[in-house]
Amino acid sequence: MSTDSTRKTILVALGVCLVCSILVSSAAVGLKGIQDRNKELDKLKNILNAGNITTENANIQKLFKQRIESDIINLTDGSVVDKRQYTDALNPEDFNLKEIAKNPRTSRKLSEREDIAQINRIPKDMVVYWVKDHGAVEKVILPIYGKGLWSTMYGFIALDKDLRTVKGFTFYEHGETPGLGGEVDNPKWKQSWIGKKITDDNGKLKIRVVKEKVDPNDPNAKYRVDGLSGATLTTRGVDALVQFWLGENGYGPFLDRLREEKN
Amino acid sequence: MIKHKKILTTPIFNENPIAFQILGICSALAVTSKLETSIVMSLAVTFVLAFSNLAVSLIRKHIPSSIRIIVEMTIIASLVIIADQIIKAFAYDVSKQLSVYVGLIITNCIIMGRAEAFALQNPPWASFLDGIGNGLGYTVILLTVGFFRELIGAGKLLGYQVLPVNTEGGWYVPNGLFVLPPSAFFLIGLIIWALRTWKPEQVQED
Repeated sequence: MSTDSTRKTILVALGVCLVCSILVSSAAVGLKGIQDRNKELDKLKNILNAGNITTENANIQKLFKQRIESDIINLTDGSVVDKRQYTDALNPEDFNLKEIAKNPRTSRKLSEREDIAQINRIPKDMVVYWVKDHGAVEKVILPIYGKGLWSTMYGFIALDKDLRTVKGFTFYEHGETPGLGGEVDNPKWKQSWIGKKITDDNGKLKIRVVKEKVDPNDPNAKYRVDGLSGATLTTRGVDALVQFWLGENGYGPFLDRLREEKN
Repeated sequence: MIKHKKILTTPIFNENPIAFQILGICSALAVTSKLETSIVMSLAVTFVLAFSNLAVSLIRKHIPSSIRIIVEMTIIASLVIIADQIIKAFAYDVSKQLSVYVGLIITNCIIMGRAEAFALQNPPWASFLDGIGNGLGYTVILLTVGFFRELIGAGKLLGYQVLPVNTEGGWYVPNGLFVLPPSAFFLIGLIIWALRTWKPEQVQED
């Protein structure tokens, strides 16, 4: 059979495809366990970083156990879910945000008007993390996510115990353009969130991510965060998801409840 | 044996894929801001080069000429995915920094070039060595560029502070240009100049 006959061409093509697909899929399946563990560790590390705890040369899991406590909250009324009501799927350790947000039983569909972060469905219950120092709450870390330009960006925002001041901001998963929208990972930009106020003295949500640079003399500067240059749509996405999650459909009821408890 | 040794060593200095053939420049600019990413990228490219050469050479007598390029691309792409999966499993932090550039090894001209120019005409073992040799040639340039960029741009090597920077009370003022990709152009230019002064036979006449 000559190499250039139609039959041989098809046979070679099929053979190459078969061998390659077996190699690729076995690599993907075989390494998935390790990759998932890496992702999980990375998430814990990001929670710690959002809480401004340094993770260098530390055992992430141990540090996480020492410094962080978690709770499940009901997003609709902002109450903390009793630990006795935890199930296999609904508990802070195994909380799988993506699964829960997809499942119609554990999530709620958002109307078009509500859905400014373009996430389609929102979990009914959500996990939140506390940074405590000798039993007293120092910071609360809230998971946030929303659509950027290409991808859904998953991250955390940490608030001080006054529930107004941002103490940390980070994304642990996104697929934005490296160098442009991907600059949401830029440590300098993340640093620029720290110290910003999310609400004014009357409790009205004021924080915005703006397109231009923030003028430090602007009386509103403490509510403004610089946008990312060259990444208008990612910046808009970040702004929208922060508005959404800190607003009435997100953690609004939970934060209100915390404020009341404090007074 | 001598022939094999020559196949392995020629691409390192005499016919270096980046400095002599000027291939694969894109990734050499993109991933060399730190030594660590340069090392991982070099390993990935060497792995893909060696095994794509080997695989193409093994089936070289059976590849129909009408689908030659597609068959090569399929092999290269599969190897790149495997390399990417391995990096994600064992060097997660680096894989986050390399982001799309591992996937872009598929379009690295060195790999396609070696498959076309060498593996299609030569036996498997020689092709494998040619892949390793060209991978080493790529590695030498990437490590040199990565070394200088991290040292001059951040005063660090492999993440460890070597030169005390002024922001932390030291004397060294980091040169921000070296963190940005264009600096790799200057460095590669200087390397090519040095290499052609050392080996004048590499100079191409107009």
